[in-house]
Amino acid sequence: MSLTPPSSRILSPVRPGVILFSLLIMFLLNLMFSGVRRWSLDWVALALIFWSIREPHYIGMGAAFILGTLMDVAGASLMGQHAMAYVLASYAASAFSRRILRFSLKWQAIQILPLLQIVPLIQFCIRFAFGADFPGFDYFIGPFIGAALWRPLAYILLWPQYQPVERDENRPV
Amino acid sequence: MSDEVPSFFKRGPAPLARLCFYVTLSLALIIVDARFRALEFLRNSVFLITHPLQQLALAPASLYKNASVYFSGLTRVQEENAQLKRAQLENEVQLLRVRQVEIENERLRKLLDMKILKKTSGQVARVLYAARDPFSRRLIVDKGQFDGISQGRAVIDYDGVVGQVTRVFQRASEITLITDKNHAVPVQVLRNGLRSVLFGLGNGQLELRLMPVNADIQSGDQLVTSGLDGIFPAGMPVARVVRVDNDASYVFARIYCLPQAGIENFGELMILDPDAPVVLPNELAGAKPVNPVNRDRRKRLVRE
Repeated sequence: MSLTPPSSRILSPVRPGVILFSLLIMFLLNLMFSGVRRWSLDWVALALIFWSIREPHYIGMGAAFILGTLMDVAGASLMGQHAMAYVLASYAASAFSRRILRFSLKWQAIQILPLLQIVPLIQFCIRFAFGADFPGFDYFIGPFIGAALWRPLAYILLWPQYQPVERDENRPV
Repeated sequence: MSDEVPSFFKRGPAPLARLCFYVTLSLALIIVDARFRALEFLRNSVFLITHPLQQLALAPASLYKNASVYFSGLTRVQEENAQLKRAQLENEVQLLRVRQVEIENERLRKLLDMKILKKTSGQVARVLYAARDPFSRRLIVDKGQFDGISQGRAVIDYDGVVGQVTRVFQRASEITLITDKNHAVPVQVLRNGLRSVLFGLGNGQLELRLMPVNADIQSGDQLVTSGLDGIFPAGMPVARVVRVDNDASYVFARIYCLPQAGIENFGELMILDPDAPVVLPNELAGAKPVNPVNRDRRKRLVRE
């Protein structure tokens, strides 16, 4: 088995602005679908895990904590609930980052599913400890949608890095 | 000479150490928020950032809604206008009668030396969005501190009680619906005046708890606020009984109700002005400390 990742494309280095912009868009998406109670997908968690795997040096637990606090306030939930879930998911994602990146996008999606499930599971445990009821199994469907969207999302988020800095006809990349 | 090995790469604390730090921080936030509710200042500050973002996120939806109303055609609007005018005229006639009855009621109450029922007034607020949290039932409306909204106000719509203001931001406030698991409303059965407390179940239904199995409650009974809490004015419709399980093997009957108001509908709500504090009669004035404690406990239960 070769030691190089299956993708043959060489990506240009990521720009921090792209990461920030994508997280902002995902945050807005979360807010846009705030009224959708069933099958709701946590877009921020998805983007956070994506960048924690791809660029653990830029996006880590600090960003996860800040985004989590913002989500807690915007979603009127318990303070620190999203923060903790995001921090744990981000840690797990960066810990498994090398392993996951060795797979193709299709197989990555399957590896992402448990990481995405961490987020609702931790939140449910916290709220359960403070007297909330089980919200129903459809609360845990979001991560499946997220895993299904992994491949298109990866293409969209990596698209700026596919662009060569300078175009040269004689160079293959 | 130092024994430290110089590091090859510049990096911060180990990931596990950082994880411990952030998890501890989040746990502290969770416990302080859940147990002591001492983070309202932090929440208010962060809300100043998230609220504009929320409005930005909701802009396409409201734009679409406005555009569809705009393009729905003049004739429909004219038709609706005529209908509203007709309805207003009909209501006006009824309102005149109600006013007359109210005055008469006041006079009779004065004759009988009873407390005069307070007229309710309030502010109309628009629902901005439902909170994302799946563990609670809350709405965010567009009136806040700057509009004079305060915590604990009752919220109603055309058909009945919707909930209570539980958190106030500068330009928005959060309403906990009566269907929230931690919300309770003191009610009275309209048919026979039986008093009880109505709890939310968290799934859109409500339950009348602590009623004996032989209590006189039937399916279809209308429940109205009893006004005993000092928050909801008396006589507002709250819910209708849909199912009564009189199983003799239990101590209490299981009574399920559905809210009268359009709880999950989006639209306009009315936030009622608070009642003047109740003046206790002389013989109860000595037992004053009991009242604030009870109020506080109930408020905490309701707010939580």
